[in-house]
Amino acid sequence: MATTVHDSPKIDVGRLPSQGSGNGGWRNRVPADGDLRRVKGSSPPPSSTGIWVGLAAITMTFAAFTSALIVRQGSAADWQHFTLPSILYLNTLVIIASSVTLEIARRRIATFMSGNKIEGAAPARWLYVTLFLGLLFVAGQTFAWLQLRSQGLVLATNISYSFFYVLTVAHALHLLGGLGGLVRVIGKLNRSALRRSTLNATAIYWHFMGGLWLYLLLLLRMKL
Amino acid sequence: MHDMSTHAVSHGAPTSFISKHVFSLDHKVIGKQYYALALVAAVVGMFLSWLMRIHLGWGSYAIPGLHLLSKSGAPGDVMTPEYYLQLMTMHGTIMVFFVLTTAPFAAFGNFFLPIQTGAEDMPFPHFNMMSFWVTFVAFLVMVAGFFVADGPSLGGWTQYAPLSAVGAVGGPGQGWGVVLWAASIGIFCIGQLLGSLNFITTTLDMRCKGMSLMRLPLTAWAWFITSIMGLTAFAVLMPACILLILDHVAGTSFFVPSNLVIGDHLLPHSGGSTLLWQHLFWFFGHPEVYIAIVPGLGIVSHVLITNMRRPMLSHRVLIYSMGALAVLSYMVYGHHMFVSGMNPVSAIAFSFPTLVITIPSTIVVLIWLGSLYGSKLRINSASLFSLGFVSMFISGGVSGFFLAQPSLDIMLHATYFVVGHFHLVMGVAAMFGIFAGTYFWFPKMTGRMMNETWGKVHFIMSFIGAYCIFMPFHYLGMAGNVRRYQAFTDDYLIPLIPVHKFITVAAILTGFAQLIFIVNLIYSRFKGPLAPNDNPWQGTSLEWSTATPPPHNNFGDKMPVVYHDPYQYSVEGASADFIMQTSPEKLTNPHEEK
Repeated sequence: MATTVHDSPKIDVGRLPSQGSGNGGWRNRVPADGDLRRVKGSSPPPSSTGIWVGLAAITMTFAAFTSALIVRQGSAADWQHFTLPSILYLNTLVIIASSVTLEIARRRIATFMSGNKIEGAAPARWLYVTLFLGLLFVAGQTFAWLQLRSQGLVLATNISYSFFYVLTVAHALHLLGGLGGLVRVIGKLNRSALRRSTLNATAIYWHFMGGLWLYLLLLLRMKL
Repeated sequence: MHDMSTHAVSHGAPTSFISKHVFSLDHKVIGKQYYALALVAAVVGMFLSWLMRIHLGWGSYAIPGLHLLSKSGAPGDVMTPEYYLQLMTMHGTIMVFFVLTTAPFAAFGNFFLPIQTGAEDMPFPHFNMMSFWVTFVAFLVMVAGFFVADGPSLGGWTQYAPLSAVGAVGGPGQGWGVVLWAASIGIFCIGQLLGSLNFITTTLDMRCKGMSLMRLPLTAWAWFITSIMGLTAFAVLMPACILLILDHVAGTSFFVPSNLVIGDHLLPHSGGSTLLWQHLFWFFGHPEVYIAIVPGLGIVSHVLITNMRRPMLSHRVLIYSMGALAVLSYMVYGHHMFVSGMNPVSAIAFSFPTLVITIPSTIVVLIWLGSLYGSKLRINSASLFSLGFVSMFISGGVSGFFLAQPSLDIMLHATYFVVGHFHLVMGVAAMFGIFAGTYFWFPKMTGRMMNETWGKVHFIMSFIGAYCIFMPFHYLGMAGNVRRYQAFTDDYLIPLIPVHKFITVAAILTGFAQLIFIVNLIYSRFKGPLAPNDNPWQGTSLEWSTATPPPHNNFGDKMPVVYHDPYQYSVEGASADFIMQTSPEKLTNPHEEK
């Protein structure tokens, strides 16, 4: 089997720590005597902070949905338990696999960006695999919704179904945002304009979506 | 001579009218857009309050042209009871979301946070642009309620279920009016989340050399703390709005209970929880009070320090107090639900932090008063409105002590006492903060000065007017005057009608004072005298180190380096009355952060 060797790409390193905004950092300061030599290096790229801030907001949103589910379940006796569509478990394996492939891609690209030559498949290939798995997950979720609908179990059938649809659709919409991020990363990588911070932020978001799905599955399994 | 480093621009200067003034990525333009939106919203909200007040004073009075706003809501130009409630709902919603949240936080914060931190822009300018335009769309969706068949919602700005969730059978505006309301607020939440993301990241990652967190001015701290509250609070309100919309359009039963009959019509819902909406709403709603007021705390402190020519007694304690307000704001929301059938143990659990939250508020006030004591305060429009803010914050806050106790709150909750309380502490105080910020920063934002004489007239009329309107509310509340009533026909309420007439006259006169402000603002923008220099108030923070108005990348060719804590006024042994943060001058006895 032939082995392909890839040259490291031209990577946009962004602004240097000494250039402009972003070099204040979290704790940096110039002492009152103005000795600039005591200023520390660069602060983390904004995207690495921004992604955690964004995830905090998403966490709050799903926490609100969760508390609504718990309060609503306890408020009346009309709650109907039902068996989750079995394809959800397959989807779970798919989203876990997508996290694994993305992590492989991230490490290979990190090696690539460091200027080291890598052997084997093009660095973007594992990103394409992740993208495919992500789309497969959304397709699987859609199949689950259609399966329930074909049985006459829709949003308004019972409050338990309402929560099932709301939580799974809300998660899928957030996951679509992750797919958009993956497409953007692939585009930038192909144009040799990818920043490591962008890749890392996308990976963190994607892994979070996987973790969020595991949490939701557990919640739905326990409550529905 | 200031020591500067080189810089790089994250996005180029706009070249077309559209990219410069409409879909701009520049945080300063976005800040001005937010301000303009808040101004329009404030005029709309104030106009609605005039209509309500006239109706409360003279219920049968025909307001000329009112039928143009709604034929069914004002037949013969006389307001129907339902239409009064619809106007009340829109007044509250527009003022809370599109004025009190938008102006002090999104408008001033967008313009000045990056400059005060020494950044060229926000880290995610596209998100920032989206945050404004999403908010603008939210405003249009909200106002669209006036143009649907039965008008906007009548459920109040809190939109309590089940009334808000039952649909058109609940009355005029409870069908599409509520859907538009919930859609608007949901969209608004997205805008604020995008804005908060930028604010937090700017503060943490975009500070210039030498700008430690404790060297940030109090305004930057206030916006930072507010953005954290916004991030967590709006992220909860948005799903609540989604669930409310689903109850309307998809027939779900999140908030509508079983066996609910309205007008002989059994609703096809089952088991919904009316209290669920209140929990979700107030988990957002009480932090929202502080989202409206904390930026004002920062602005007023900043303005007072500049005009006192000395720092506050404690920079750190002010910051910690604002942080404590933010944390506690999530622990007190249940006090809005004392009369909603709460377990007495829960009432105590919410009552305690409600009393505790008065401690950081009191500390802030004592620091202000202690710092003002003995200072030679410069009297100008900005400092007068700052003093007015302090006064309103105290007056409105004092009534909070009473409302924090469940036994008293049960008596007062549904009366004008509460209306007076939150209008003073949240509404008028926040508005005074906006005015203080406007008079103070206008030269930096536009390059021109506002008219000081008219500014002082504006203050005097607003200050007296606000007390004439809202202090009698407390009296009305103690006399048992129930709020949300559109007419007072009960025997015990009829003697109170003259008080309402007095309030209405005061409201109209105070409203005209705001027109003075608007004329001053617009005239000064185009014809006002040019700012004498880049630092007309002799301030020390970074916004005064740059050109007026600031260039596209905020600081021109050289980025700032910060050497000092933010408020070095009247420093012993210094070369001048004020030492700017960018001045490398060595101070032998600087004001340290404490």
